[in-house]
Amino acid sequence: MKKNYLAYPYILWLFAFILIPLFLVLFYSVSSKDSSMLTLDNYKRFFDPIYIQVFVRSVNLSLIATLICLVIGYPVAWIIANMEPAKRNFWVLLFVVPMWMNFLLRTYAWMTILENTGIINTLLEKFGFQSLNLIYNSQAVVLGMVYNFLPFMVFPIYSILVKIDKNLLEAAQDLGADKKSVFMKVIFPLSLPGVLSGAIMTFMPAVSTFAISRLLGGGKVTLIGNVIEQQFLLVNDWYFGSALSIIMMGFILIFVYILRKVEKDDEERSIF
Amino acid sequence: MSKYLSRVYTFLVFLFLYAPIAVLIFFSFNNSRYRGQWDGFSLRWYKELLDDRIIVQAFYNTITIAILTTIVATVLGTIAAIGLSNIKGVKKKVIMNLNYMPVVSPDILIGISLMILFIFSNIRLGYVSLLLAHITFCTPYVILSVLPKITQLNKYLFEAALDLGATPWQAIRKVILPQIMPGIFTGGLLAFTLSLDDFVVSFFTTGSGINTLPIAIYSMAKRGINPKINAVSTILFVVVLVLLIIVNKRTNTEKKEEGVN
Repeated sequence: MKKNYLAYPYILWLFAFILIPLFLVLFYSVSSKDSSMLTLDNYKRFFDPIYIQVFVRSVNLSLIATLICLVIGYPVAWIIANMEPAKRNFWVLLFVVPMWMNFLLRTYAWMTILENTGIINTLLEKFGFQSLNLIYNSQAVVLGMVYNFLPFMVFPIYSILVKIDKNLLEAAQDLGADKKSVFMKVIFPLSLPGVLSGAIMTFMPAVSTFAISRLLGGGKVTLIGNVIEQQFLLVNDWYFGSALSIIMMGFILIFVYILRKVEKDDEERSIF
Repeated sequence: MSKYLSRVYTFLVFLFLYAPIAVLIFFSFNNSRYRGQWDGFSLRWYKELLDDRIIVQAFYNTITIAILTTIVATVLGTIAAIGLSNIKGVKKKVIMNLNYMPVVSPDILIGISLMILFIFSNIRLGYVSLLLAHITFCTPYVILSVLPKITQLNKYLFEAALDLGATPWQAIRKVILPQIMPGIFTGGLLAFTLSLDDFVVSFFTTGSGINTLPIAIYSMAKRGINPKINAVSTILFVVVLVLLIIVNKRTNTEKKEEGVN
């Protein structure tokens, strides 16, 4: 069946709404308001300590959130993967349900809990303790990231763990490995691809978010996403906003590249 | 011991996942504006929600955009997937990589790049630009669910239909389409939920006066606590739960039917 032309409308669409817009971002990032010449000024501006600080903070908080997701999520994936097959689907579904709520609502839920007049503080006061400042700081933002993106870490790991051949674990035990080395030398290396894609799927939305940091950081925790949002919707400086987006994208690609390399190195090692 | 430990752990994680939602639902029935105090059961916030013109309008926009997006994305994507199944080599690689862009890029990048495009080409930001943006990030998922179904098809099926006297159009409609229907259904469902759920891309591609529900929620939440949001959450949670149960039942019966065959 020779029906290539059926794809043409969508190819046109891809060019108009994906390729051209990305080129426009790239173009704006090397242009300026004042001259028609191409310039790298927008990228130079990024090296202002203010922006470097924002950038370091974004990467830092996202990495922490990713790590916490891994530490909390791995055991969950392991526990569900080891259930009887009939039970598994139910628990996976139970994990999915909160994810179907819009992430803004899930973030808002934490506002009502952490707030100064929120549930935790009201309870604390009732029992005669002093109320705590729980919201509008970077810990609250990390909590929001972990809460929103935890399933992104659990699912890739789960889907690999569930496929691991149980005979391998028995073989390792028969060969004298204790529980710890079965995990460190067999299970974890096998599940590494899941861990890595989980890390990418958690890190990417975390490092580019602006809503979570705005709602739980209350304008006090500025991340790179917030600066980009301001450039486009408040300051109207598309040039700098585009450059920041490109830098953010570049950083995500570096992160993905490093993780992929870790995976490859591990494969090479396992040959010997 | 370790079984006991893993039960406690699972319980704690699911408590972490569900407690905030339970709190939202619980306090959506609270008469008081303050979360700390329980001031008696009331449906006050649900009533205020229905009286809020902005939210009702935003809800209407969200639903109509999701339906229109699903229709356009499913048709556009299915037709494209049929065409793409014949394209090979570098050309296909380029197209598939472009198709992956909205799937793998951060939402904010899709949002600002489309915003630049719309302003650059004098498309007024509003309902139409929202619709175009939603179709753009939903169609790739339709293609990704339909294309595998087409490649799995027996490639002589189409020719056989022609040999038996069908016109090409009939062959597609009566032979190919029914075979790839599960993929189309999955893709359409994905498009619908993604469109309903989207905040970031909509946030950048909408204009003054046109809200979707997530945008309305964000601007309310930005101003602080608002019990109306609790009421929205409760309604949406119930809807999601019912939808999930239906979809789950459907796939279960499908599996059973396949098993019988």
